[in-house]
Amino acid sequence: MNERNERIHGVACTFRRPSDVFHAAERVRDAGWKCWDVHTPFPIHGMDQAMGLPRSPIPRLTLLGGVTGFLTGCLLTWYMNSYDYPLIVGGKPYWSVIFPFPILYECTILFAAFGTFFGQFIFNRLPHHHHPLFDLPQFSRVSDDTFMIVLEARDTNFHLDESRNFLLSLGGQEITVIRD
Amino acid sequence: MAHAHDSSQERPAILDKVRPAELPRAKLILNDRSFHWITDKVCAIVEEPTPTWWKVLFVAALFIASFTFLGMAYLVSTGTGTWGLRSPVGWGWAIVNFVFWVGIGHAGTLISAILCLLRQKWRTSINRAAEAMTIFAVMCAGLFPLFHVGRVWFAWWLFPIPNQNGIWPQFRSPLEWDVFAVSTYFTVSTLFWYMGMIPDLGAIRDRAKTWWRKAFYSLLAMGWRGGNRQWSNFEMAYLLLAGLSTPLVLSVHTIVSFDFAVSNVPGWHTTIFPPYFVAGAIFSGFAMVLTLMLPLRAIYRLHDVINQYHIDNMCKIILATGSMVGYAYATEFFIAAYSGNAYEKFAFINRAFGQYYWAYWIMVSCNVITPQLFWFKKVRENHSLVWIICLFVNVGMWFERFVITVTSLANDYLPSSWGYYSPTIVDIFTFFGTFGFFSVLFLLFIRFLPLLPMAELKIVSPQADPHAH
Repeated sequence: MNERNERIHGVACTFRRPSDVFHAAERVRDAGWKCWDVHTPFPIHGMDQAMGLPRSPIPRLTLLGGVTGFLTGCLLTWYMNSYDYPLIVGGKPYWSVIFPFPILYECTILFAAFGTFFGQFIFNRLPHHHHPLFDLPQFSRVSDDTFMIVLEARDTNFHLDESRNFLLSLGGQEITVIRD
Repeated sequence: MAHAHDSSQERPAILDKVRPAELPRAKLILNDRSFHWITDKVCAIVEEPTPTWWKVLFVAALFIASFTFLGMAYLVSTGTGTWGLRSPVGWGWAIVNFVFWVGIGHAGTLISAILCLLRQKWRTSINRAAEAMTIFAVMCAGLFPLFHVGRVWFAWWLFPIPNQNGIWPQFRSPLEWDVFAVSTYFTVSTLFWYMGMIPDLGAIRDRAKTWWRKAFYSLLAMGWRGGNRQWSNFEMAYLLLAGLSTPLVLSVHTIVSFDFAVSNVPGWHTTIFPPYFVAGAIFSGFAMVLTLMLPLRAIYRLHDVINQYHIDNMCKIILATGSMVGYAYATEFFIAAYSGNAYEKFAFINRAFGQYYWAYWIMVSCNVITPQLFWFKKVRENHSLVWIICLFVNVGMWFERFVITVTSLANDYLPSSWGYYSPTIVDIFTFFGTFGFFSVLFLLFIRFLPLLPMAELKIVSPQADPHAH
């Protein structure tokens, strides 16, 4: 990275159609880029492969949440009905995994949902209200019907003029430099 | 919004040999609308100046909601004796209304979760509004058990917090399971609803002109940028939440039915209750979705995104679940006859021909007979008729819960302890008001949040396919 790029976040380029941006993304991937993204109004089918993205890590947090929830349910019912204030109901055991099963089931789902929901925020680094992209006038159309590829300056491949030309060669329409 | 593996490259050789006929798929979005049209259509609903009909309905809804407030205030200040509850009927309208509202919520989750897993793309047009309906219906439902505890200031005893004697809740009680099921259901539905809305809130934010609008939607959109790295996680989370909501929604009405089925009262103590309750819940919920969406479709001219295909599908689900409910009614009678148990037999004969026979026949005619009209295409295409049938279904499903709850309690084992239950004006006010409460919330939703999921509608439009040329 040279000094010239210090205050530059990256270069953005817009596309009009999903197929254009899809094929452009494949070429960016093949050129070995790591720090870049494709901004789209909706998830494009197969874009993860076109960008060469790995599988999302969220299921790990879902599993972690589910296991935590199940154990929390066990601990809750055992502590309350069997340890701290043992309740005799119908001469049955103070605690078993059977009678509070609905509680364990609901706790499992609740905590797994928390893991998934907050996992989405953690892995997407949200909330993130100040981002250089929001200053770009074209960016407001990305949530409507415009598609955008952003090559970031922190990538080792980045060189302002070369990257610009590269985006032009991909068939991009408006090319803009994003400043930090 | 889940991805499937792209199978277009590996076309089996047999297909070239047999050359199957190309069956046209039903169009989900008519008139080849563009992405921009979808954005404009949905955003315009929140961006236009507040329409007069909205203001009128909002004031009316607030007025109706005040009935619930007054009913509850009178109940709390006077005591549960103001409801029509007395021995032997200790569960009356409160539990009926609770089950009614929770049941309505189930269609929203069915549409957002189960139909997502089944890749029913038509769900996209209605899923946001149906999920909102779920959340507001569960809020209405929650009021009833909360106030039914009598001394509402002790309602926290239901939660796993020790009371002043150091006593914890008793986890063998289905009522306690209900607390966990309904609160989990409400929480997970809200998370799912909100998360699905984030990209659309971002779209409204990006179009906002005034600073307060920008600030409001920026806050809600959490800085969503629509990068594919974000979409990848988002879609995974969405799919997982759909996968988690599916067993959740089935468990909620199952546990609601346990409130009855775990007891020993004739007519309640049956194993058919969980599936029967779930089918009934979906049945009533879809009726409510149509009751809400048909007027909205007409007001906002959403005919291109909610077309006859969507309405047909919903009518067919109502027909299917209505028939399942009818089958369950018949099964209950058969099992009662087959059981050889005199009390069980009596409970069902008493339902149909006893002192509440009128409620039973209202239930049967609304739930079993009216939805059969949906066999006819002409009926499904006549939207006023569809709307009226849906109202009948809503009424019928309320009566179903009334029949189950009240007939079994009023005439159980000993004729000496039989009684007749009727609601008081306080019961009626409180229930009537919840429709206002629901409408207030739903009207606010229409006005301030994206009514249709824009991003998901764009996915199902044909131009979204990156391989199309």
